[in-house]
Amino acid sequence: MLVTSLETRNLTIRFGGHVAVDGVSCAFRPGELTAIVGPNGAGKTTYFNLISGQLTATSGAVFLGERDITRLSAPARTRAGIGRAFQLTNLFPALSVAENVRLAVQSAAGVHYDMLRPWMRHRELIARADAVLARVALDGKRDAPASALSHGDQRKLEVALMIALEPQIFMFDEPTAGMSVDEVPVVLDLIAQLKQDTSKTILLVEHKMDVVRSLADRIIVLHNGKLVADGAPAEVMASPVVQEAYLGSFGRGRAA
Amino acid sequence: MIMPLSGDPPRSRCLSIALVIIVLVLALAPFLFGGAKPLNVTAKICIFIALAASYDLLLGYTGVVSFAHTMFYGIGSYGIAIAMYGLGPRWGAAAVGLTVALPLAAALALVIGLFSLRVQTIFFAMITLAVASAFAVLASQLSWLTGGEDGRSFSVPEVLRPGFRVDVLGLNITGRMLTYYLVFACCAALFLLLLRIVNSPFGRVLQAIRENPFRAEALGFRTVIHRILANCIAAAAAAAAGALNALWLRYTGPDTSLSFSIMLDILLIVVIGGMGTMYGAIVGATLYVLAQNYLQALMGWVSTAAGEAGLPLVPSLFHPDRWLLWLGILFIASVYFFPAGIVGKLRGSR
Ligand SMILES: Nc1ncnc2c1ncn2[C@@H]1O[C@H](COP(=O)(O)OP(=O)(O)OP(=O)(O)O)[C@@H](O)[C@H]1O
Ligand SMILES: [Mg+2]
Repeated sequence: MLVTSLETRNLTIRFGGHVAVDGVSCAFRPGELTAIVGPNGAGKTTYFNLISGQLTATSGAVFLGERDITRLSAPARTRAGIGRAFQLTNLFPALSVAENVRLAVQSAAGVHYDMLRPWMRHRELIARADAVLARVALDGKRDAPASALSHGDQRKLEVALMIALEPQIFMFDEPTAGMSVDEVPVVLDLIAQLKQDTSKTILLVEHKMDVVRSLADRIIVLHNGKLVADGAPAEVMASPVVQEAYLGSFGRGRAA
Repeated sequence: MIMPLSGDPPRSRCLSIALVIIVLVLALAPFLFGGAKPLNVTAKICIFIALAASYDLLLGYTGVVSFAHTMFYGIGSYGIAIAMYGLGPRWGAAAVGLTVALPLAAALALVIGLFSLRVQTIFFAMITLAVASAFAVLASQLSWLTGGEDGRSFSVPEVLRPGFRVDVLGLNITGRMLTYYLVFACCAALFLLLLRIVNSPFGRVLQAIRENPFRAEALGFRTVIHRILANCIAAAAAAAAGALNALWLRYTGPDTSLSFSIMLDILLIVVIGGMGTMYGAIVGATLYVLAQNYLQALMGWVSTAAGEAGLPLVPSLFHPDRWLLWLGILFIASVYFFPAGIVGKLRGSR
């Protein structure tokens, strides 16, 4: 049985003359963690933006199950079940850590326009947010403003926001970039835990090859916006195209 | 009292004390002061607290800059004035005025929002400026309806008239006092309602939009709808404050309701008090209205006293004619020293 939860068909976006994502067709399945790799500027983040709605495709389509979501707005896609954690940390700086997560929790619970019940009366939502904070080991910092967190903690909060959304599709864009060595396991354990739930689909952009090897069920390779390889991790890593397209550039170093 | 209502206590001892004092003085004003002026000042403070709080919902919480707030204030003022003038000094007329003015303000805010809040918020600011100017011109042109530049004076229901008197438990209560308490109670209710809204899940989304609209969308919130709703609520609340002002003055004219200087007053009150705090409206409005009304007198007193003491320079520096200059200096100083407003400062230092 091959159920498809998310699929892109010939997905393409052009910025002026530059084709950042070029005819990418790929299907993602529940219970599968797909790593997306490729050199800097390959179009990984842009591909994510096309799926989660921050950008709209020039041509091609995005399907969530049977539903064509190509033209939906970003908020509509989030409500449809696509969760996104950003490569560049993207939080609500002046709000507290707890408030950041509560926003995601209230969105997941469909509480968008409730004006008359104070937040503090939504005990169940508060408890849910606290549980998410505990999962990313941020419960000790719940009252600090997000802007006061260290880079590593901000990355964790970024991930926490997506988890609190309880999406069908999880999209991690380099979740551990710039984190110190001792902080990385918290996030990797979290992703491993999410994998246990076989109804969820996980997409992970990651440069660290050991991380990819330990977590991925499948690897796809983007290069110059094109899908150049797709398969089981061992097989893809051994292929000449990956050696050249990705691993070749890996040694050149990269910015987080 | 605030805790169970909204879950957003003042969170600073100094602020709590200041708020208690202000609220107590406002609540007891008719019994504390004699003469007409003090009560006019405290009534204006009450009204500006509600007005500034409704503007804080937009500016401080949603991060939207609007210059149309006096227009909505004016719609409420004219709503009451036109209804009472046309239908007579009856409660029913006030109700008619309100049932026309509040939805009208909200509907106008909706239309402006639909046209301009989808685009950048700077565009919205420009549009509100244009619409508010056009509205002010319109109000003075339609003199058969609004009384033009002269405005409309009207009478109020009998219990609210100055001549009305009643004895309650040996206290001599005048119609003026009753009007004051009507204004006070309505402004308190408006403020508490707004405080509740900003501390609701909806209010939290507004803050999220102010902080990072891109991420708010990525979390699934339709930011445009939230902004428009906030705009409508703020407009209706401003109209309600305008209606109370009209009722208090028994008069509505361009200068008391639509003037751009009121827009500046609101902006300064919110900034000085502290944006995005709600309580800033209370502290800001109190200080601002007091300064507006008593700075001149205070300076005159200082100037004379210094002159009698034979000090050089001081008497001319504090000459009452320079009161606007000093008001300006006070504003600049307060914004410079308290960039997060007085409430932000007090909360920061606990
Ligand atoms: N909004 C945009 N307008 C113009 N060009 C863009 C835009 N977004 C991305 N690009 C270009 O598209 C290309 C792909 O960028 P993208 O960020 O998707 O790469 P990436 O694979 O995520 O790289 P990295 O590993 O550095 O994160 C780059 O050349 C980038 O400059
Ligand atoms: Mg990227």
